[in-house]
Amino acid sequence: MTVAQIIQAMELELLTPQTDVSREITGGCVCDLLSVVMAEGEGGMAWITVQTHLNVIAVASLHDFSCVIVSGGAAVEEETLAKAQEEGIPVLRSPHSSYKLAGQLYGLGIA
Amino acid sequence: MSNEHGEQVTFQETRQVEQGDFATAGQIAASFKNTLKKLGVASPVIRRIAIASYEAEINLAIHSWGGTMRLIIYPDRVRLLVDDVGPGIENIDLAMQEGYSTASEEVRMLGFGAGMGMPNMKRCADAFKIESVLGKGTSISMDFNL
Repeated sequence: MTVAQIIQAMELELLTPQTDVSREITGGCVCDLLSVVMAEGEGGMAWITVQTHLNVIAVASLHDFSCVIVSGGAAVEEETLAKAQEEGIPVLRSPHSSYKLAGQLYGLGIA
Repeated sequence: MSNEHGEQVTFQETRQVEQGDFATAGQIAASFKNTLKKLGVASPVIRRIAIASYEAEINLAIHSWGGTMRLIIYPDRVRLLVDDVGPGIENIDLAMQEGYSTASEEVRMLGFGAGMGMPNMKRCADAFKIESVLGKGTSISMDFNL
Protein backbone atom coordinates (compact mmCIF):
# COMPACT_ATOMS: atom_id res chain seq x y z
CA MET A 1 0.00 0.00 0.00
CA THR A 2 1.33 3.43 -0.96
CA VAL A 3 1.37 6.72 0.94
CA ALA A 4 -1.25 8.10 -1.50
CA GLN A 5 -3.52 5.14 -0.75
CA ILE A 6 -3.39 5.60 3.04
CA ILE A 7 -4.02 9.34 2.63
CA GLN A 8 -7.28 8.44 0.96
CA ALA A 9 -8.23 5.46 3.13
CA MET A 10 -7.48 7.22 6.45
CA GLU A 11 -8.56 10.71 5.34
CA LEU A 12 -5.18 12.23 6.14
CA GLU A 13 -4.17 15.77 5.37
CA LEU A 14 -1.01 16.07 3.26
CA LEU A 15 1.00 18.98 4.68
CA THR A 16 3.83 18.69 2.16
CA PRO A 17 2.20 18.87 -1.29
CA GLN A 18 5.51 18.74 -3.11
CA THR A 19 6.61 15.36 -1.77
CA ASP A 20 6.34 12.02 -3.52
CA VAL A 21 3.39 10.01 -2.20
CA SER A 22 3.77 7.06 -4.56
CA ARG A 23 6.12 5.22 -2.19
CA GLU A 24 5.23 1.84 -0.78
CA ILE A 25 4.79 1.66 3.02
CA THR A 26 6.61 -1.39 4.35
CA GLY A 27 5.83 -1.14 8.06
CA GLY A 28 4.79 1.13 10.88
CA CYS A 29 6.14 2.67 14.02
CA VAL A 30 4.31 4.56 16.81
CA CYS A 31 6.62 6.42 19.17
CA ASP A 32 7.44 9.89 20.46
CA LEU A 33 10.92 9.10 21.79
CA LEU A 34 13.39 9.84 19.03
CA SER A 35 16.09 7.46 20.30
CA VAL A 36 13.64 4.56 20.28
CA VAL A 37 12.60 5.37 16.72
CA MET A 38 16.27 5.71 15.82
CA ALA A 39 17.01 2.27 17.30
CA GLU A 40 14.02 0.44 15.85
CA GLY A 41 13.23 2.25 12.60
CA GLU A 42 13.52 0.54 9.21
CA GLY A 43 13.44 2.01 5.72
CA GLY A 44 9.95 2.47 4.27
CA MET A 45 8.12 2.72 7.61
CA ALA A 46 5.23 5.09 8.29
CA TRP A 47 5.93 6.85 11.60
CA ILE A 48 3.04 8.01 13.79
CA THR A 49 4.02 10.65 16.36
CA VAL A 50 2.85 13.75 18.23
CA GLN A 51 6.29 15.34 17.84
CA THR A 52 6.37 18.06 15.19
CA HIS A 53 9.75 19.72 15.49
CA LEU A 54 12.56 19.78 12.96
CA ASN A 55 14.35 16.76 14.35
CA VAL A 56 11.47 14.47 13.42
CA ILE A 57 12.42 15.01 9.78
CA ALA A 58 16.09 14.31 10.54
CA VAL A 59 15.16 10.93 12.04
CA ALA A 60 12.67 10.11 9.25
CA SER A 61 15.22 11.02 6.61
CA LEU A 62 18.08 9.06 8.22
CA HIS A 63 15.85 5.98 8.20
CA ASP A 64 14.39 6.71 4.79
CA PHE A 65 10.82 6.46 6.16
CA SER A 66 7.98 6.54 3.64
CA CYS A 67 6.06 9.20 5.63
CA VAL A 68 5.43 10.82 9.00
CA ILE A 69 1.87 10.90 10.35
CA VAL A 70 1.21 13.59 12.93
CA SER A 71 -1.56 12.51 15.28
CA GLY A 72 -3.96 14.52 17.43
CA GLY A 73 -4.19 17.28 14.82
CA ALA A 74 -1.09 18.96 16.23
CA ALA A 75 0.19 22.16 14.60
CA VAL A 76 3.38 21.55 12.62
CA GLU A 77 6.12 24.19 12.51
CA GLU A 78 6.75 25.83 9.13
CA GLU A 79 10.45 25.00 9.28
CA THR A 80 9.62 21.33 9.84
CA LEU A 81 7.48 21.29 6.69
CA ALA A 82 10.12 23.16 4.70
CA LYS A 83 12.73 20.60 5.75
CA ALA A 84 10.36 17.74 4.95
CA GLN A 85 9.84 19.08 1.40
CA GLU A 86 13.59 19.45 1.01
CA GLU A 87 14.23 15.88 2.20
CA GLY A 88 11.24 14.48 0.31
CA ILE A 89 9.47 13.09 3.39
CA PRO A 90 5.65 13.36 3.16
CA VAL A 91 4.14 14.75 6.38
CA LEU A 92 0.51 13.75 6.92
CA ARG A 93 -1.85 14.81 9.68
CA SER A 94 -4.97 13.45 11.34
CA PRO A 95 -7.15 14.62 14.23
CA HIS A 96 -7.19 11.03 15.56
CA SER A 97 -4.97 9.64 18.31
CA SER A 98 -1.81 7.65 17.64
CA TYR A 99 -3.61 4.58 18.97
CA LYS A 100 -6.45 4.88 16.49
CA LEU A 101 -4.15 5.66 13.55
CA ALA A 102 -1.97 2.63 14.31
CA GLY A 103 -5.10 0.48 14.39
CA GLN A 104 -6.22 1.86 11.04
CA LEU A 105 -2.83 1.25 9.44
CA TYR A 106 -2.77 -2.29 10.78
CA GLY A 107 -6.28 -2.84 9.50
CA LEU A 108 -5.15 -1.73 6.05
CA GLY A 109 -2.65 -4.59 6.03
CA ILE A 110 0.48 -2.74 7.13
CA ALA A 111 1.83 -5.01 9.86
CA MET B 1 46.46 9.70 3.15
CA SER B 2 47.50 7.84 6.31
CA ASN B 3 47.03 8.18 10.08
CA GLU B 4 49.63 8.46 12.85
CA HIS B 5 50.19 4.69 12.79
CA GLY B 6 50.92 4.75 9.06
CA GLU B 7 47.58 3.11 8.23
CA GLN B 8 46.01 3.99 4.93
CA VAL B 9 43.01 6.33 5.25
CA THR B 10 40.46 6.28 2.44
CA PHE B 11 38.60 9.37 3.53
CA GLN B 12 38.05 11.63 6.52
CA GLU B 13 35.63 14.35 7.44
CA THR B 14 35.46 16.49 10.61
CA ARG B 15 32.38 18.45 11.65
CA GLN B 16 31.61 20.84 14.51
CA VAL B 17 28.59 20.61 16.80
CA GLU B 18 27.45 23.72 18.66
CA GLN B 19 25.97 23.66 22.15
CA GLY B 20 22.17 23.72 22.22
CA ASP B 21 21.84 23.14 18.49
CA PHE B 22 19.48 20.20 18.90
CA ALA B 23 16.74 21.48 16.60
CA THR B 24 18.94 20.99 13.55
CA ALA B 25 20.87 18.01 14.93
CA GLY B 26 20.97 15.14 12.51
CA GLN B 27 22.67 17.11 9.76
CA ILE B 28 26.07 15.63 10.48
CA ALA B 29 24.66 12.11 10.67
CA ALA B 30 22.95 12.75 7.32
CA SER B 31 26.16 14.07 5.80
CA PHE B 32 28.16 11.04 7.05
CA LYS B 33 25.46 8.76 5.67
CA ASN B 34 25.71 10.38 2.23
CA THR B 35 29.49 10.13 2.27
CA LEU B 36 29.36 6.40 3.13
CA LYS B 37 26.73 5.80 0.44
CA LYS B 38 28.90 7.47 -2.19
CA LEU B 39 31.85 5.32 -1.13
CA GLY B 40 29.72 2.21 -1.63
CA VAL B 41 29.63 1.03 2.00
CA ALA B 42 27.01 -1.71 2.60
CA SER B 43 23.69 -0.34 3.85
CA PRO B 44 23.45 -2.34 7.13
CA VAL B 45 26.80 -0.80 8.16
CA ILE B 46 25.68 2.67 7.02
CA ARG B 47 22.54 2.26 9.12
CA ARG B 48 24.56 1.47 12.25
CA ILE B 49 26.95 4.37 11.68
CA ALA B 50 24.05 6.76 10.99
CA ILE B 51 22.31 5.77 14.25
CA ALA B 52 25.50 6.11 16.29
CA SER B 53 26.34 9.46 14.64
CA TYR B 54 22.86 10.78 15.27
CA GLU B 55 22.94 9.84 18.95
CA ALA B 56 26.40 11.35 19.38
CA GLU B 57 25.32 14.54 17.63
CA ILE B 58 22.25 14.88 19.85
CA ASN B 59 24.32 14.20 22.97
CA LEU B 60 26.82 16.91 22.06
CA ALA B 61 24.04 19.41 21.36
CA ILE B 62 22.21 18.62 24.61
CA HIS B 63 24.97 17.97 27.11
CA SER B 64 28.26 19.47 25.91
CA TRP B 65 29.52 23.00 25.36
CA GLY B 66 30.41 22.06 21.80
CA GLY B 67 32.54 19.45 20.13
CA THR B 68 33.66 17.69 17.01
CA MET B 69 32.69 14.55 15.19
CA ARG B 70 35.20 12.91 12.91
CA LEU B 71 34.53 10.15 10.43
CA ILE B 72 37.63 8.24 9.33
CA ILE B 73 37.32 5.54 6.73
CA TYR B 74 40.00 2.85 6.53
CA PRO B 75 40.04 0.01 4.02
CA ASP B 76 38.76 -2.44 6.69
CA ARG B 77 36.72 -0.27 9.07
CA VAL B 78 35.08 3.07 9.76
CA ARG B 79 36.04 4.97 12.88
CA LEU B 80 33.81 7.61 14.45
CA LEU B 81 35.54 9.92 16.94
CA VAL B 82 33.39 12.18 19.10
CA ASP B 83 35.15 14.74 21.27
CA ASP B 84 33.52 17.43 23.32
CA VAL B 85 34.34 20.15 25.77
CA GLY B 86 31.81 19.97 28.57
CA PRO B 87 30.85 18.89 32.05
CA GLY B 88 31.98 15.28 31.53
CA ILE B 89 30.06 12.22 32.70
CA GLU B 90 30.07 11.56 36.44
CA ASN B 91 29.22 7.89 36.29
CA ILE B 92 29.83 6.20 32.94
CA ASP B 93 28.25 2.89 34.06
CA LEU B 94 25.01 4.74 34.83
CA ALA B 95 25.16 6.67 31.55
CA MET B 96 25.48 3.36 29.68
CA GLN B 97 22.29 2.05 31.30
CA GLU B 98 19.12 2.17 29.22
CA GLY B 99 16.68 4.74 30.58
CA TYR B 100 19.21 6.76 32.56
CA SER B 101 19.36 10.40 31.48
CA THR B 102 20.32 13.77 32.91
CA ALA B 103 18.50 15.72 30.16
CA SER B 104 16.22 18.61 31.16
CA GLU B 105 12.44 18.41 31.14
CA GLU B 106 12.33 20.82 28.19
CA VAL B 107 14.54 18.56 26.10
CA ARG B 108 12.55 15.47 27.14
CA MET B 109 9.31 17.09 25.98
CA LEU B 110 10.81 17.12 22.48
CA GLY B 111 11.34 13.38 22.64
CA PHE B 112 15.04 13.46 23.46
CA GLY B 113 16.65 12.37 26.71
CA ALA B 114 15.12 8.90 26.82
CA GLY B 115 18.38 7.51 28.14
CA MET B 116 18.85 5.42 25.00
CA GLY B 117 21.62 7.36 23.28
CA MET B 118 24.71 5.79 24.75
CA PRO B 119 23.36 2.20 24.76
CA ASN B 120 22.26 2.74 21.14
CA MET B 121 25.77 3.84 20.18
CA LYS B 122 27.41 0.88 21.92
CA ARG B 123 24.98 -1.58 20.34
CA CYS B 124 25.65 -0.22 16.85
CA ALA B 125 29.45 -0.22 17.06
CA ASP B 126 31.77 -3.22 16.77
CA ALA B 127 34.12 -1.54 19.25
CA PHE B 128 33.21 1.23 21.68
CA LYS B 129 35.51 3.21 23.97
CA ILE B 130 34.59 6.13 26.18
CA GLU B 131 36.68 8.40 28.36
CA SER B 132 35.37 11.31 30.36
CA VAL B 133 36.95 13.87 32.66
CA LEU B 134 34.66 15.88 34.94
CA GLY B 135 34.68 19.55 34.05
CA LYS B 136 36.68 18.95 30.86
CA GLY B 137 34.77 16.76 28.47
CA THR B 138 34.10 13.38 26.96
CA SER B 139 35.69 11.40 24.13
CA ILE B 140 34.09 8.44 22.42
CA SER B 141 35.70 6.22 19.82
CA MET B 142 33.61 3.77 17.82
CA ASP B 143 34.73 1.30 15.18
CA PHE B 144 32.52 -0.30 12.56
CA ASN B 145 33.99 -3.22 10.64
CA LEU B 146 33.61 -3.19 6.86
